[in-house]
Amino acid sequence: MRARRETIADIAIWFCLATMPYWISLLGGYTSLGTRVVVMSLTAMALNFLLGFTGVLSFGHAAYFGLGAYGVGMTIKYLVPSTPLGILVGVAVGTVAAALVGALIVKLRGVYFAMATIAFGQVFYFIAFRWNSMTGGDDGLSGWRRIPIDLGFKTIDILNDDKAFYYLVLICFAFAVATMAALLRSPFGRTLLAIRENERRARFLGIPVEQHIWLSFVISCFFVSLAGALYALLNNFADPHDLRWDQSGDFVIMVVLGGMRTFWGPLVGAAIFVLLQDYLSSLTDNWMSLIGVFFILVVLFFPRGLLGFLRRQEKS
Amino acid sequence: MSLLRVDTVSRQFGSLVAVNGVSVSIEAGELLAVIGPNGAGKTTLFNLISGFFPPNSGRIFFDDRDITQDAPHQRVASGISRTFQITEIFPELSVRENLRIAVEVASGFRLRPWLGQQASAQVRGQVDELLELGGLGAMAGRDVGELTHGDQRATEIMMSLALRPRLLLLDEPTAGMGDKETYDITKLIRRLHRQRNLTIALVEHDMRVIFHLADRILVLAEGKELAQGTPSEISANERVQAAYLGIAA
Repeated sequence: MRARRETIADIAIWFCLATMPYWISLLGGYTSLGTRVVVMSLTAMALNFLLGFTGVLSFGHAAYFGLGAYGVGMTIKYLVPSTPLGILVGVAVGTVAAALVGALIVKLRGVYFAMATIAFGQVFYFIAFRWNSMTGGDDGLSGWRRIPIDLGFKTIDILNDDKAFYYLVLICFAFAVATMAALLRSPFGRTLLAIRENERRARFLGIPVEQHIWLSFVISCFFVSLAGALYALLNNFADPHDLRWDQSGDFVIMVVLGGMRTFWGPLVGAAIFVLLQDYLSSLTDNWMSLIGVFFILVVLFFPRGLLGFLRRQEKS
Repeated sequence: MSLLRVDTVSRQFGSLVAVNGVSVSIEAGELLAVIGPNGAGKTTLFNLISGFFPPNSGRIFFDDRDITQDAPHQRVASGISRTFQITEIFPELSVRENLRIAVEVASGFRLRPWLGQQASAQVRGQVDELLELGGLGAMAGRDVGELTHGDQRATEIMMSLALRPRLLLLDEPTAGMGDKETYDITKLIRRLHRQRNLTIALVEHDMRVIFHLADRILVLAEGKELAQGTPSEISANERVQAAYLGIAA
């Protein structure tokens, strides 16, 4: 019964995502807002791979998000005017950085791990912030645009056609989400759940815990840097604040809002966050404090997140 | 040749010497009980054998191979698995999932991003066997966190067993259990020992359990060996009576 309900929920979510550009304007939105929802959902779900399904809190994911963003921007601006190549470079840079940083911090636990991720994240932020000649410093990396994709027989104009770009992002999202779902159902994914549930037991079952946490961190950052690259393409701009620790905090808020023990929770959290941000920031400059109040209410009354709460109701 | 040989190991925490120059061997197929008053170093000795931390001095051999510095997962691969004094399980996963993880890791699948049908069926078959052996079939789908203490313990023992150990370490398997649960677990351990010829070392306080199960007993007191011998030798030993059995009686 429960499995069937989950299948129905899956179909409903994919249907909504697949048709979003055709109905979002009816609700007062616009296509690139929908794109932002999808990109942030990907980020939050990728973070949740580590946070919700391995039980490891990172407060530095913005660094890899930002590396993806600068990776694609700098590739297109300085090297090759190609969107797919830019995305590949962005993802590669973010993932390699995560692999190196991860290897250094993987022995830390809990709040110490979180602090170390912040510290390393800030290193990347200050590089982007200070290296004016290459990154544009405080002004961000501008002066480049996403390049239409040439398939040989047909050119897809993702630059001027918002819908085309939305579907490019959605394809990336679908690839990432399907991969993460498959991993979580695999023997490897179950070792991550084991580590989340009880690290000591996992270790004495013969799982080299550090190696598995490292892999989970790298996989999570791989998808986060993909999201970062897509985000820069969406804005035709890379912002140094995308790498900063408070951006990492926003990602964690999205995950917790939606529910970190659920697969789709972070999507719900990210959607709410992006829509609230879009709506509230048009009303007041202090939109962040309103989101803060909303976050506190959710944490107080739905400690398992919005989707986690629905799941509980269903169970009892 | 002994299966496990612990050679004058010591471990201290600050100024406390928890285990002080203890030597013990376990023969294949034997059931060794480790007893002693609280703070005697029984659990620390188990932690040294299973690799929770290394000894400050002394060496440990398994199958004549020096494992003193091996990580826990390496020792599991060599064939040492253990349970804990406070049951360590995956509380929010079902009994079946708990066992499945153990079986998959033991089968060398821990890094597999997918599993073929044949391998899946193999894993499922082994999980079913363990469920049956542990008497857990009826609650296979329930979260382990919701089960009684005795059933959680049985799950933990089955998980350790899924690793196909050559030496099973049980740290107070009947701690905090009622008579019925103690009886069931004792019966299970006895069956594993007798029918499967499994080598077992256990820490225990319940004298009925110890004298019912043990082939040999090691008595520790204040980190040192007080005596070693068969149950009848131990119960006749005056020093043991004074230090331990006397207190218990």
